[in-house]
Amino acid sequence: MSEENILLVEKKNSVAIITLNRPDKLNSFNDELTFKLQDALKETEKDATVRSIILTGAGRGFSAGQDLQSRSISHESGQRPSLGDSIRRRYNPVITKIRRMEKPIVAAVNGVAAGAGMSLAMACDFRIVADSASFIQSFTKVGLVPDSGSTFLLPRLIGVTKALELMYSAEKLDAQTALNLGLVNKVVPQEAVMKEAIELAERLAKGPTKAFGLTKRAINKAIFSDLEELLEYEASLQEIAGRSDDFAEGVKAFIEKRQPVYSGR
Amino acid sequence: MMTMTYKNIQTEKEEQIGIVRLHRPTVLNALSHELMEELVAALQEFDNDDKIRVIILTGSDKAFAAGADIKEMSDETTVSIMLKDRFATWDKVRKTKKPIIAAVSGYALGGGCELAMTCDIIIASETAKFGQPEINIGVIPGAGGTQRLTRAIGKYKAMEIILTGRPITASEALAAGLVNKVVPAELLLDEAKVMAKEIAKKSPVAVKLAKEAILKVFDTSISEGLEFERKNFYMLFSSEDQKEGMRAFLEKRPANFTGK
Repeated sequence: MSEENILLVEKKNSVAIITLNRPDKLNSFNDELTFKLQDALKETEKDATVRSIILTGAGRGFSAGQDLQSRSISHESGQRPSLGDSIRRRYNPVITKIRRMEKPIVAAVNGVAAGAGMSLAMACDFRIVADSASFIQSFTKVGLVPDSGSTFLLPRLIGVTKALELMYSAEKLDAQTALNLGLVNKVVPQEAVMKEAIELAERLAKGPTKAFGLTKRAINKAIFSDLEELLEYEASLQEIAGRSDDFAEGVKAFIEKRQPVYSGR
Repeated sequence: MMTMTYKNIQTEKEEQIGIVRLHRPTVLNALSHELMEELVAALQEFDNDDKIRVIILTGSDKAFAAGADIKEMSDETTVSIMLKDRFATWDKVRKTKKPIIAAVSGYALGGGCELAMTCDIIIASETAKFGQPEINIGVIPGAGGTQRLTRAIGKYKAMEIILTGRPITASEALAAGLVNKVVPAELLLDEAKVMAKEIAKKSPVAVKLAKEAILKVFDTSISEGLEFERKNFYMLFSSEDQKEGMRAFLEKRPANFTGK
């Protein structure tokens, strides 16, 4: 079933605002939303009138990551989905496009950014964050590996020590702690997030776009040059995790709203 | 000298460098028979021009050449395609005596990849993609792909590329040894010119005989090849450039090669 206006793109003053718009699902990603986001990123990259981009979510959340409801269907039919393929087709092209696009991209993190939603925010160049927002490496909670670039991006942004802690615990990281760790650029009151993000994006849009793009290219070369290889590797590892009993139990427990009982297999 | 006007390519001279740009923008430089004939004419023109020492062959940002012109070929039969002998033009590209540097950005697929491999040096932009996708349309490479790719990167990688039809990126091509260098797209032509200028400073007689000897590798046994190399080496002692080169070396000054 197609949902109305699942992704919004608005262009104003050389800034494109891309809004994930499934507020009742905390903007979690189903197939349609990921593919629409891929298209929107491609279009804004090509559009010469767009000189900076804001990525945000409608409603209370930024993005809760993968929509587990949409994946549970194949579980019920007894077939385990190929998570590796899903990631290769859906998330990895988004992360690659955000990093490789030679325009500044600002994540306006208006609320919770979990799982692939956190990866998405981390792939952007800036993170302007609501004081009420939080970040969660939620993957291991359902027996999965952090994907969509999380294992690549998070240790580069905050170091291995804290990255592993967040990944193993799958606990909420509040906005202020995220700021202290160097994960985000700025924390502002909830109601001021879009205003701050737009101010920043408009300032960036008036800047030397070419030089900004080349700067991003150099940083990509210096810090993110193995991105594609690692995304592919994560997808392979997720394929393994997706076949595990623990993942089946994790999703089942999530749907049944109870604590999972993991066997370690 | 007669300068021809072309429909499918553009040519330009810059000091001692002759530049050929494939130019069929609406079809990603698909290599039609007419384009190939123009390319051969342009290469021969540069080959015969004493002022030109190195040739650069390039395409657009988007495509070096995305392949053969499939439209031209789809209705051919074995007999009709054989009689047309469309690869005769390719043999003439191969016989160019001056070194050709391929400056490749975007797609170099099928015939485009084969054309790049027919050149002597390949410089790629970060956006370049090399591949032999013929298998996807029920044929195989026909302009040297199976032979040159295998010689360039070895049997196993060549098998993968030709049997799956899947293209490889510039960095994969670099790792495989298919390209000499990978540079940002914006600097592709500049980098090709830097290398061209460096080669243009050498004795054109020596450059020509060196190219000939290297290409001989693919046609001969090692003992025949060594003999061929030695004969070319001896032959250079009848050139003024050899005298000048060695004299300049002993006098600790840069040589001035005239090509005589």
